[in-house]
Amino acid sequence: MMLQPLMDGLVNGAIIGLGAIGVTLTYSILRFANFAHGELLSWGAYLALTVSAALGALLPGLGTPIGPFSFGWSVPIALLASMALTAGLALAVDWLLFGRLRQSGAAQIILVMASFGAALALRNLLEFIYTSSPAYFTNELQIAMKILPGLRATPDQLLVLGLALVTVVLTHLLLTRSPAGRAMRAVSENPALASLAGIDTRAVIRLVWILGAALAAVGGILSGVIVQIRPTMGLDLLLPLFAAAILGGIGSVPGAMIAGLTVGLAESFAVGLVGAEWRAAVSFVILVAVLILRPQGIFGKAMA
Amino acid sequence: MIDLLSYGAFFLTMALTYAVICLGLNLQWGQAGLFNVGVAGFVAVGAYVSAILTTPPVDGRIGGFGLPPLAGWLGGGLGAGLLCFLLGALTLRLRADYLAIATFGAAVVIQLALLNLEGLTGGPFGIGFIPRPFGGLAGEPGLFAAANLGVLILLVLACYLVLQHLTRSPWGRVLRALREDEEAARALGKDPVAYRLQAFAIGGFVMGLGGAAQAHFIGFIAPDNYLPTLTFQVWTMLIIGGSGNMRGAILGAVLVWALWAVSGSAVSALFPSGQQARAASLQLVLIGVALSAVLLLRPRGLLGEAGTLRSPLRRADRRDTAKISQGQKTNA
Repeated sequence: MMLQPLMDGLVNGAIIGLGAIGVTLTYSILRFANFAHGELLSWGAYLALTVSAALGALLPGLGTPIGPFSFGWSVPIALLASMALTAGLALAVDWLLFGRLRQSGAAQIILVMASFGAALALRNLLEFIYTSSPAYFTNELQIAMKILPGLRATPDQLLVLGLALVTVVLTHLLLTRSPAGRAMRAVSENPALASLAGIDTRAVIRLVWILGAALAAVGGILSGVIVQIRPTMGLDLLLPLFAAAILGGIGSVPGAMIAGLTVGLAESFAVGLVGAEWRAAVSFVILVAVLILRPQGIFGKAMA
Repeated sequence: MIDLLSYGAFFLTMALTYAVICLGLNLQWGQAGLFNVGVAGFVAVGAYVSAILTTPPVDGRIGGFGLPPLAGWLGGGLGAGLLCFLLGALTLRLRADYLAIATFGAAVVIQLALLNLEGLTGGPFGIGFIPRPFGGLAGEPGLFAAANLGVLILLVLACYLVLQHLTRSPWGRVLRALREDEEAARALGKDPVAYRLQAFAIGGFVMGLGGAAQAHFIGFIAPDNYLPTLTFQVWTMLIIGGSGNMRGAILGAVLVWALWAVSGSAVSALFPSGQQARAASLQLVLIGVALSAVLLLRPRGLLGEAGTLRSPLRRADRRDTAKISQGQKTNA
């Protein structure tokens, strides 16, 4: 009874966490709340869907399910392709919009507003291309297996959890152990000083977009595998993403993941208590609570 | 001819309800620099509070107090203003974009509440039979349309004059000073949070008022009227008209609403009925691109803000050229 929401919450929370990492990175390094980040999840899912469908049409063998999972090899290949394509999309938007605003010395809040405009355009472009009806990677049905007494999960759900964990550990290692990660943290601490020390800020910004968008694509695709793909999926996830990024502490990657899991669990337990129709309000309650009790988040530094 | 006139009156009345909302946003953003991403939510609160106060009682729904529209409008404004006050009190001490995130979240929750609190809001079907001002004139469409237009013109004028007075007062000067240079304003002993909170709440009141007026003009409201698209439309109106300028806010509202109406009828004329939902999304893509383009290319909008701290040089410049041209006139 108590275990089943745990599983659903963890799976959903892992997806929120993957998206929240991108939000927290853009927030701490580019210094604005990116309202278009949710659209990167949707675009990631739709790009993967397109690649996977094309692969399935060219080589039908790729569509047959792998082992216990609901999808064939076309989906993992599409995932890699979509990570690259979504990163390209984020770089293109930055080149077209955010980069130009940064160069003209626009205030942070103008960037927030521009991201709001970009989100609307990106979301409705998806709706225009793919229509608003939901899409699926596969039509295969999956039977949930019994893992523990009172706990069932489909192989897909377990895969999502595992994949999210691996992705977060890799990202954390990249940020803490590699020169590129050090450069990112330096820019996040103090952009002027970092560029004096010879760090190429523009390269760091590119890296932030690539990393954030690739993780968003993974999150969107996993959500598409577990639930479904809709043009509004990114918009629906946006509030949980922000709640998780702020709860985890802006700039903290492990914080974003832990907070993502927290938000996912809170949603899934709250659904049991107050009904599924109030799910979207859970993130808002968490957000308000964090802003009142600990505005810097769990792992954040106190702000000026 | 009569048809065209009454369509014109209908169109202008609708545009003016947006102008009221836009004026509220202009106080929040144009004067105080506060980014509100939940405009649709505050407009909805204004509309629903007013509807609940003024509609006749209905079985199975709380509310329906049958109060006069004016009481409803006031209540709607106060409801939205109070909500803005609470959200501002929560976030204005923190980072600037936390207000944006909190208002976005509030709009999501308000949308949920509209859909799910069926006993209060009528759920997905909304509230109907909202009394229209001058309902007694409904028999004569021309007079009715003119009366409604007159009410909206008066409302816009009243909001414009009050807000213009406020922004030109010492209070408005402090707001702009805080927006331009918070440190300097603080050094003069002005409390940034208090001033911003007041501006945000008053702006919310005006937005709610606009929402209430719109609900009474249409006569029927449902949650679908208050999707994030509305927030976006109002923002586009303000940015295109010129944020910071009250007349720009009104001009932008009429202009963007006209563009919206024209492109909407173009969509329904050009696309087959099966493809219209799809084409409507293209309309939104264009609006999103337009907003981003204006931010990039003409950040001051059509009219822009006059007489800010940013432009003392330019004004001095203009004064000089004015003097020169005067001199030339006397010479001639």
